[in-house]
Amino acid sequence: MTVPSDQEVSDTGDRVDTVTAELVRFLTARTGRAWPPDTDLFATGGLSSLFAMELVVHLEQTYGVSVRGTDLRLDNFRTVRRMVALVDRLRTGEPGDHGA
Amino acid sequence: MTHEVPTVPPATVKCLVWDLDDTLWRGVLLEAEQVVLPDPIRAVITGLDARGILQSVCSRNDHEPAWARLRALGVAEYFVAPQIGWGRKSDAVRRIADRLGFALGTIAFIDDQPAERAEVAFHLPQVRCYDARVATTLLDRPEFTPTSVTADARRRRQMYQAGQRRADEQARFTGPAEDFLRSLELVMHIRRADAATLARVEELTLRTSQMNATGVHYPDRVLRTLMADPRYEVLVTTLTDRFGPHGAVGVLVLEKHPGVWHLRLLATSCRVVSFGTGTVLLTWLVDQAARAGAHLIADFRPNDRNRMMEIAYRFAGFDEEPCACRDHIAVDADRAVQRLHLVARRQPAPSTFHLTAPDLTAPDLTGPGYVGAG
Repeated sequence: MTVPSDQEVSDTGDRVDTVTAELVRFLTARTGRAWPPDTDLFATGGLSSLFAMELVVHLEQTYGVSVRGTDLRLDNFRTVRRMVALVDRLRTGEPGDHGA
Repeated sequence: MTHEVPTVPPATVKCLVWDLDDTLWRGVLLEAEQVVLPDPIRAVITGLDARGILQSVCSRNDHEPAWARLRALGVAEYFVAPQIGWGRKSDAVRRIADRLGFALGTIAFIDDQPAERAEVAFHLPQVRCYDARVATTLLDRPEFTPTSVTADARRRRQMYQAGQRRADEQARFTGPAEDFLRSLELVMHIRRADAATLARVEELTLRTSQMNATGVHYPDRVLRTLMADPRYEVLVTTLTDRFGPHGAVGVLVLEKHPGVWHLRLLATSCRVVSFGTGTVLLTWLVDQAARAGAHLIADFRPNDRNRMMEIAYRFAGFDEEPCACRDHIAVDADRAVQRLHLVARRQPAPSTFHLTAPDLTAPDLTGPGYVGAG
C-alpha cells in the first residue's frame, strides 16, 4: 500500500489518528490492559520483548510496511506514538535510518 | 492377490491413520456386540508408538461408542486427533495432517475396504495407503523404521498430547499472554552437549528451519569435531512445563576468541517460539559474554522463515557497527551471511522461565570438549 507524498496535512493527521486508534485497540485486546499513546510498553511490569516481536509482525502485516535493519530497535516500539511515527515514515517512504 | 504394494518414498511415516472395523479390531462395531483386538495388532500399535510414529483413527462410526471401545480395549491413549464420523475419509485424513502440522507425504492410511483406500488415494495421492491384511507386517517395513529413535521421538505422542492440553488451557486463558507463560511454570535447562544429546542436536538443526539463524545444518560428524575442540561450545537446551516435557528445543554453537565470542549457530524449535525461547537463550548468552568481558558476533543469514530470529537479534541490540573485534573472525565465503555485533552488557534473569545453565566463563573441565584438546 502506498500513500502519495503530496497528501494534505489533515489527511496525514487522520491517518495517524486511525493507526493510533487501531494500535490501542490491538494492544488492549492482546494484553487486557489500556495503553495511553505515550506509555512505555516495556517498562517494569509491562510487556515482554517477545510481545514486541509480535508487534513487528502485526505492523508489517496490517500496514504493508517492512521494518528492516536499524529500524528494528526496541525503542521504535516502546510507545504507541513511536510505532505510529515509524509506520507513517515507512508508508510515506521518507528516508529512514536503515542500516547497511 | 491384490495387495497394494505402495511405491515407497524414502521418507519415514510420521503418522499412521487406522480404520477401526475389520482393520484395527476384528468385527464391525455396529453389528457385533464384541469386537476383538488381536494381540499382533496391539503389538504394532505399541511398537509404532515406541518408534515415535504417531497414530490416529479414521472410522465410519459414531464417535462416542467407538472411542469408548478403544478405551475399553486399553489403546485409546495411543491415538491423537481421532476422526470418527460419517464424512469422506480423505477429508478426515487431511484434517489429521493439518492438526499435526505434517505434510501429507508423511501420512499413511490403513483400511480393509478397497473403496476407502481408493477414495483417499484419489484425493490425497501423497498419502501412502495399506490394505488391512498387511497390518502385522508394518513394523518390518523400512518406511515405519526410523533410522534413529531419540529420547524425544519415543515420547512424541505424550509431547503432542501435552501440547493439546496446553493449547486448550491457553484458549480458555483470558489474561495477558505473559501471565499465561508464567502459569506454565517453564523450566529451561541449558547443557553442554554430550554423546547422548548429540543426535537431538543434529535433529534440531535439521528441523528448526523457522528459528535457525543461518540455515546451516550441522551433521553429527561436524558436531563431534566441534565438541572435541576446546575453542567451541556446543550447547543444547531442553524445556519442560507443568504439562510435560517439550524435549530438546534449542541448540547453540559458539566459537570463543579472546575478547569476542562468535555465535555460529542459534536454532530453536518453532514449537516453542511463542514462549520466547530464542530470546531467553540469547539474553542468557549476552549475560555470559558480559561476565567474560567478551563482545558477541552472531552469524545471520536471512531467509523467508527466520525473520523472528532477526528481530530477536536486533531487539537484543545486535547491529552492523564496526568494531576491532571483527578482525578476529575470518571472512565467511557465503556473502549472504551477516555478522551482527553486540557489546555485551549484563542482563536480568528471565521473568517467565526458571533457568539452569553452565558457566561459560569458566573452562569446561568435565564435558567432552576437553577430551580432544590439542
